[in-house]
Amino acid sequence: MNDKVTLMKGNEALAMAMIRYGADGYFGYPITPQSEVLEKLEEEMPWETTGMVVLQAESEVAAINMVYGGAMTGKAVCTSTSSPGFSLMQEGVSYLAASEVPALLINVQRGGPGLGTIHASQADYFQACKGGGHGDYHMIVLAPSSVQEMADMVALGFDLAFKYRCVSMILADGTIGQLMEKVVLPEQRPRRTDDEIRQQCPWAVNGRKGMRPSNVVTSLELDDDKMEENNWRFQACYREIEKNETRCELIDVEDCDYLITAFGTTARVAMKTMELARAEGIKVGMFRPITLWPFPEKQLREAAKNVKGILCVELNAGQMVEDVKLAVECKMPVEHYGRFGGNVPTPDELLNVLKEKLINK
Amino acid sequence: MINEIVIAGFGGQGVLSMGKILAYSGLMEDKEVCWLPSYGPEQRGGTANVTVIVSDERISSPVLNTYDVVVVLNQQSLDKFESKVKPGGILMYDTYGIHKKPTRTDIKIYPIDATEKSIEMKNSKTFNMIVLGSMLKVRPMVTIDSVLKALKKTLPERHWHLIPLNEEALKEGGNLIKE
Repeated sequence: MNDKVTLMKGNEALAMAMIRYGADGYFGYPITPQSEVLEKLEEEMPWETTGMVVLQAESEVAAINMVYGGAMTGKAVCTSTSSPGFSLMQEGVSYLAASEVPALLINVQRGGPGLGTIHASQADYFQACKGGGHGDYHMIVLAPSSVQEMADMVALGFDLAFKYRCVSMILADGTIGQLMEKVVLPEQRPRRTDDEIRQQCPWAVNGRKGMRPSNVVTSLELDDDKMEENNWRFQACYREIEKNETRCELIDVEDCDYLITAFGTTARVAMKTMELARAEGIKVGMFRPITLWPFPEKQLREAAKNVKGILCVELNAGQMVEDVKLAVECKMPVEHYGRFGGNVPTPDELLNVLKEKLINK
Repeated sequence: MINEIVIAGFGGQGVLSMGKILAYSGLMEDKEVCWLPSYGPEQRGGTANVTVIVSDERISSPVLNTYDVVVVLNQQSLDKFESKVKPGGILMYDTYGIHKKPTRTDIKIYPIDATEKSIEMKNSKTFNMIVLGSMLKVRPMVTIDSVLKALKKTLPERHWHLIPLNEEALKEGGNLIKE
């Protein structure tokens, strides 16, 4: 047995990956189904090993503003929450984006709207990808569909956030958070020193030591022309991200007649549906976006070139399906199937839907 | 070979930990495994269930609605999961408190007196390991040796002295199956 392989919940893998990345701080407030992130961090006590700060804030609003403060100093900081908690954070998210500071945010989604249920949902796709807070901004949105990806996307999210000075988010769901699977954790990286941060983040407010003029990090700009200029700069950055950072997984798309598009937990369920369908001689392929924003439009358009129809499966009433339709320019039938309220469809349920909506139509 | 299993019972019967030990046993044999609990308020009192998959191949969906092996430890769980055994699959239930027996004829049904055995062993906490022993006798997806290794890996060192008792319980569980 490989000693590096362990069994872990998705939420625990997030916590371990933060420590291993050399993150400087985590600020959060407990909420099901992601409370194990904070629990695991408290259990591991990284403040005694790497020096990482772990703080249970008094609310989600406080947590996101602690992240904002930490991010301004160039530190690698993060928070995690679940849907209602992420709604509370939206003002802070908009401020982070407008201030062009890097941060990693995690939403382990549960069924809404409102306080809703505690089980898996994907109904925060619009909030994550189309901007839940005010103003024209985007976050890089990563969608893990395994415990291994939960671990890997922490480093990826931080790296992208620092590369583009933007906000990265991991949009998981209750099932991936609670699921225990095999995982290989990344190697321990050291936390960056203050001097390294000064070098890598010349914009950060962390003491200039007489080396440069004072930095100011703010989202406020009362001069309209300057604010418009800021917006153009944000947009240029987003176009750059769209150009470089789309990621997706394509399975058996070469010969497929039908394509299923799904992310996170539903992608896992749909993979089994594919197996069932292929056993019956129905050629089904899968397009799984790994970045929900930027959405891998080109890859989808290419994969869908010769298919007779697309089934978009989500744990919501139809959100990603809009991006799917835009990507394929409605050149073929695109159907949506959703379950809500914490319910997750089963593999044969999806096979029946595929037959009903596309094959036997 | 893929084993899709659900274990269901009352919260506190050791349902989730039995599943966890089974998953770790699979890990000890380098198999693909996953463990998905029903989480939330039902863990504390009401019914709890856990899906475990132990497989030689990559696991696609952790969410299932039919199973190769269904292990139920109370009447509600029996009522809920009897219909979800795949044809030809296995339904195992603890006989204690069961007043409405399963009726399907296209599956293999194993009633076991695990509660009774745990009382006989004078330790109610051996219950879930008795059940696991019975299940592995019927469907030996991992070896008892791997279960013992898994126990050592999951239990803190101060509880290692309980491993021989668990080994005994696994053996007694196997003995409950008469074929």
